[in-house]
Amino acid sequence: MTATAEAARDTQAPPPEGPGKERTRPRPWRSRLCRWDVRYSPYAFVAPFFLFFSAFGVFPLLYTGWASLHRVELSSPDHMEWAGAHNYLRLLDDDFFWNALRNTFTIGVLSTVPQLLMALGLAHLLHFRLRAASFWRVALLTPYATSVAAATLVFVLLYGRDYGMVNWALGAAGIGPVDWQSGRWTSQLAVSSIVIWRWTGYNALIYLAAMQAVPDELYESAALDGASRTQQFRHVTVPALRPTILFTVVVSTIGATQLFGEPLLFGGAGGQKGGAAHQFQTLGLYLYEQGWYDFHLGRASAVAWTMFLILLLIGAVNAVIARQLGKTR
Amino acid sequence: MTITSTGRAGRQLHGGPVTYAVLTLFTAGSLFPLVWTAIAASRDNTRLARTPPPFWFGGRLLKNLGTAWGDAHMGLALFNTTLVAGTIALGTVLFSTVAGFAFAKLRFRFRDALLLLTIGTMMIPPQLSVVPLFMVVAGLGWTDQLQSVVLPTLVSAFGVFFMRQYLVEALPTELIEAARVDGANSLRVVWHIVLPVARPAMAVLGMLSFVQAWNDFFWPIIALTQENPTVQVALTGLGRGYVPDQAVVMAGALLGTLPLLLAFTLFGRQIVGGIMQGAVKG
Repeated sequence: MTATAEAARDTQAPPPEGPGKERTRPRPWRSRLCRWDVRYSPYAFVAPFFLFFSAFGVFPLLYTGWASLHRVELSSPDHMEWAGAHNYLRLLDDDFFWNALRNTFTIGVLSTVPQLLMALGLAHLLHFRLRAASFWRVALLTPYATSVAAATLVFVLLYGRDYGMVNWALGAAGIGPVDWQSGRWTSQLAVSSIVIWRWTGYNALIYLAAMQAVPDELYESAALDGASRTQQFRHVTVPALRPTILFTVVVSTIGATQLFGEPLLFGGAGGQKGGAAHQFQTLGLYLYEQGWYDFHLGRASAVAWTMFLILLLIGAVNAVIARQLGKTR
Repeated sequence: MTITSTGRAGRQLHGGPVTYAVLTLFTAGSLFPLVWTAIAASRDNTRLARTPPPFWFGGRLLKNLGTAWGDAHMGLALFNTTLVAGTIALGTVLFSTVAGFAFAKLRFRFRDALLLLTIGTMMIPPQLSVVPLFMVVAGLGWTDQLQSVVLPTLVSAFGVFFMRQYLVEALPTELIEAARVDGANSLRVVWHIVLPVARPAMAVLGMLSFVQAWNDFFWPIIALTQENPTVQVALTGLGRGYVPDQAVVMAGALLGTLPLLLAFTLFGRQIVGGIMQGAVKG
């Protein structure tokens, strides 16, 4: 092993610059090469990641902030004109911005809360000893494999006013046809249901993984204390899952602030408006409309940077809650 | 990790009939929209504009799939998306593995700070960066070209973190040290020791990245047009009235989803395992 490795290294090592020296004293050179290898190879290993990451992650994020202080039009994206806080002031003055902010919040609550509650319940069921255990898991995860676009296209048909299956079923129950798209609450419910459909199974698996990591002793001592199954769930499982629940809440909240594809396609041809009365226009759609339909890239940047500030706020709140949880434990 | 089947009250219990009933209900709800996509894709537009909606398959599936393949550019879109998602998955796995290895097992300055930076930015959505990206892509004349959707997503902070967490436990440090004593350089260590150990996690990360890249939406919508679309761009064109025939729209949705559904049927267990593994460690 040693010999072959050495031999391979000899053929691999590049010839050193100093002429003649390598024949008489190869050892110091090799050990120096080895030291360099140990010292610098870690940088080479992380370099490709950080190169792409800075070019396409960090730089654009910071540059968005810079562009938000300029007048930039879609027709000539490389021409920037200093505008100070103008874009932000326009934003605060625009009713549609506040409308989008409200919609993002309500759709976020409507989609996240039922989704995580159902996921928790499903995880509890999946945690039982089951026949065909992996079938249930894979089946519940299939919506995750369905793209936003494909899922929304079929839900648009299911929620169709005249011929949709949902209205047909409601009609059979004696409830009159609902125009899902035109109402504020109905459209937001419909959009939320697409999000719920796609993500409930995924979150159930995350909770299931956390449940499987709960130490047996906790259940044993709870059982010794005479705790019933429901009591064990409430007093052992849920507290042990608190960090995971917090994690999924944060991830879902971030996802909710970015909501874009579902309302865009739910709106059909004029989807960027989020309905005729902007009744389900989210911040993501508002950004898209400002930038690529009204051609104001600077203003779109201001929307993006505002969303970033909202995320920082969520992160801060999350950190405070996490610390509080840590204290009570 | 030892698995004890006795004594774990939460686990040892068998699911009762209610458990199975509820699971069946949710499974039906999860699968129904997909099945109905196929039903609608096998009908024609006039049948879809009638009540009650169809509950069983008609005979026009192949015809509609053909129309979607050609008229709605789904053929080109599937080809493009396979190329894009494949490249992204390969790049993510390769760069994440070597970077994850360095973070897990090697010593270098700023290591902890760089790792913290990686984790801290993992949650920042790429949607916030579209304006500068668009300015760059437009400046380079890359609109409508596939590299404009590949390059920005070629690496992932989550991937680096995922591989690091895996390798910290799975890769014995003594193995690397022994190889070094034997005179192996870093590249040989990666090739002969790290890659074989990392293979299961690489497969999982590859599948997750592929699914994510296949379904990526916001940026492709901005960077590409119907002339050279990915699946999601072509489906958006369908949804926004590019083709008025609803049965063809559903056929397009079916075509765009089938490859992933096939992958889920084949590798479902591994994907489930990967998501759960990532959850515990994240």
